[in-house]
Amino acid sequence: MPINILMPALSPTMTEGKLAKWLVKEGDDVSPGDILAEIETDKATMEVEAVDEGKVGKIMVAEGTDAVPVNDVIAVLLEDGEDASAISDAPQKAAAEKPAEKPAESRAPEKQDDKPAGSAHATPPKEPSPEAEPEWTGATVKQTVREALRDAMAEEMRSDERVFLMGEEVAEYQGAYKVSQGLLDEFGARRVVDTPITEHGFTGLGVGAAMYGLRPIVEFMTFNFAMQAVDQIINSAAKTHYMSGGQVSSPIVFRGANGAAARVAAQHSQCYASWYAHIPGLKVVAPYTAADAKGLLKSAIRDDNPVIFLENEILYGQSFEVPDSPDWTVPIGKARIARPGKDVTLVAFSIMVGKALEAAEKLAEEGIDAEVIDLRSLRPLDTETILASVRKTNRIVTCEEGWGYAGIGSEIAAVVMEQAFDWLDAPVKRIAGKDVPMPYAANLEVLALPQVDDIVAGAKEVCYRG
Amino acid sequence: MADSKPAARAGGKRKTAAAAAKSPVKANVEDLQKYYRDMLLIRRFEEKAGQMYGMGLIGGFCHLYIGQEAVVVGVQAAMGPKDTVLTSYRDHAHMLACGMDSKGVMAELTGRAGGYSKGKGGSMHMFSHEKRFYGGHGIVGAQVPIGTGFAFAHRYLNEDAVSVTYLGDGALNQGQVYESFNMAALWSLPAVYVIENNKYGMGTSIERSSAKSTELYHRGQAYGIPGVQVDGMDVLAVRDAAEKALAHARSGKGPYIMEMLTYRYRGHSMSDPAKYRSKEEVQKVRQERDPIERLRGIMAERKVMDEAKLKEIDKEVKAIVSEAAEFAQSSPEPDTSELYTDVYVGA
Repeated sequence: MPINILMPALSPTMTEGKLAKWLVKEGDDVSPGDILAEIETDKATMEVEAVDEGKVGKIMVAEGTDAVPVNDVIAVLLEDGEDASAISDAPQKAAAEKPAEKPAESRAPEKQDDKPAGSAHATPPKEPSPEAEPEWTGATVKQTVREALRDAMAEEMRSDERVFLMGEEVAEYQGAYKVSQGLLDEFGARRVVDTPITEHGFTGLGVGAAMYGLRPIVEFMTFNFAMQAVDQIINSAAKTHYMSGGQVSSPIVFRGANGAAARVAAQHSQCYASWYAHIPGLKVVAPYTAADAKGLLKSAIRDDNPVIFLENEILYGQSFEVPDSPDWTVPIGKARIARPGKDVTLVAFSIMVGKALEAAEKLAEEGIDAEVIDLRSLRPLDTETILASVRKTNRIVTCEEGWGYAGIGSEIAAVVMEQAFDWLDAPVKRIAGKDVPMPYAANLEVLALPQVDDIVAGAKEVCYRG
Repeated sequence: MADSKPAARAGGKRKTAAAAAKSPVKANVEDLQKYYRDMLLIRRFEEKAGQMYGMGLIGGFCHLYIGQEAVVVGVQAAMGPKDTVLTSYRDHAHMLACGMDSKGVMAELTGRAGGYSKGKGGSMHMFSHEKRFYGGHGIVGAQVPIGTGFAFAHRYLNEDAVSVTYLGDGALNQGQVYESFNMAALWSLPAVYVIENNKYGMGTSIERSSAKSTELYHRGQAYGIPGVQVDGMDVLAVRDAAEKALAHARSGKGPYIMEMLTYRYRGHSMSDPAKYRSKEEVQKVRQERDPIERLRGIMAERKVMDEAKLKEIDKEVKAIVSEAAEFAQSSPEPDTSELYTDVYVGA
């Protein structure tokens, strides 16, 4: 059967073009790869190559013709033993067939919108929040956040040979912030790997090792330096499971200090919570207590997805009671009521939980009973716990160290507005870092960061208490 | 082909690629016919993909491999069963060379449920645990640290496996490539980096993007990584060089760099008018260096040319490609419920 040669598109947006020149004539023999013609658009000139072998039977569109629609038959190729009589009605046939070419239609997005089934199925699945960890009634041990993180890593490395730690100064130096103290001695240089200062490189290397089935813990000395590696975190770690149709995953933990330290200025003081929480494919956690730090890090290491684990330098040395068991974990995606209350909800994560609790104490002195929610996880976000609290208190203040613009508080405000609008007695109030790079000067730094009194003032505002 | 131990000087004298092709290389008739078949399959597949793109059946970007076939076929011929492969977005040929099903590859190009990534990845993002092919990476150079991570994992797990990572001459100017070279050499990882030097990073020639020297095989020299320049249009030269490189990496001596001198006949992607080079330049390579014609020449020279067998192969390849194109059009689009699947494992 004769083969139709169609007007090709150079790009998905091209609908027509000029057939500038024929490089073959009727009767010529052509082989795959031979250039048949040149076509032009306003952007480019390109060659049409033969895909099949045969003899040019008939040229249907003369050279120099403008505005030839894509997919029109421009020539007909004869296969072995065919002659021109075989093509008498070929073009008409092709034209008649064209409207039935479903794939070509599927290119036009508006066509897809017409499909009634499309929107019905394409709603995001509603994932319920996971069950909270059972209340711990066993023995506890008083630990710093630093020690809790180390124990979490050590326990998981003992139970799973695939788990290893890599990063700058994690091994011989025992950790820039001493989080990995003692791990080299116990696990050796194969599993506790000092890297050169090469974030982009070792992050990509970790992602590759994870795709092949290892379970890397990649330590960033601080998350400020992860900016060097953000392409590998987002484009490689977060998206590959989806892009592979579920075949390849990246079970990897990226952990390190996030947020403001003290007096280190703008490049070393920034909260990246909302940056990573924006990305589907990542999980993001930011614990406050040592118990949550340990329980969540163990869950993160066991998780089959890439997890961003945001620590806080100032919290490393703070002590909390921690369940004394290697089997105890905290589920990712579940918030914790850090202080129950009925008048106003304060939502915070990481170091801001401590400030929110202090603010709640001050508010109590003024007769305002604040409920403090420690989010613990930022993606997935435990909206059930937030909404339940708002339905009780009818007022909410979000607290974060990072910038308010497009921040975690903005997301919570949107969720509450969309899902609990009728329960609100006051607009959502956001307490956040000031919209400036972090200043170095001590007095300015205090002003730039959200303080306990800012939270108190915010809570009073939504309670209409001046 | 010229072995450049770390001491080799940039721009120093080297044996020409053509000289390498003349060197006696072992290959039985079946091997030669297999290489011919694999290269032809890639070429015909890519030509069909180009045609289907032109018909609007393939969307977005589509980067064709036509002209470079000897590189993947030669390297693959030297690989062991546990070795892994990663490459960039010009990846269709690598998948076919790994033995992935051409139907699944073509159906991914058309965005159908029968594609390797269920239509959710497209031409640049496909994977196969079974064939040990791990993408298909869309960000120029990003596959290099990831491939180095595979080498790290092979070593960590004490496997008899080498990670083969392909990259283009354009990617070689990304910083993360050198971060990877440094770590691979520092830790003696079993990694082979195959630079497919097709002379242009999109529209920028290597002359316009490389300081001092356009020879790329010595870019690992500062890290003590041996490099070799190979005529990437000669499948036998590629295979022999790859055998050496893989043996080096497998033996625990660390990474190895291969620079393949090759050429892409088509534009960077389908929508590239290719105004940065002359038609004569392209025509000259096609006429004088074409890898498939070259292999036919070698077969004729060795008097093992079996025209009937090659015709049979032509027919077989044509049937495979037709079947792939047919499947890629008849396989349905992914169910709309797939929109929200595979974002997270276990969700």
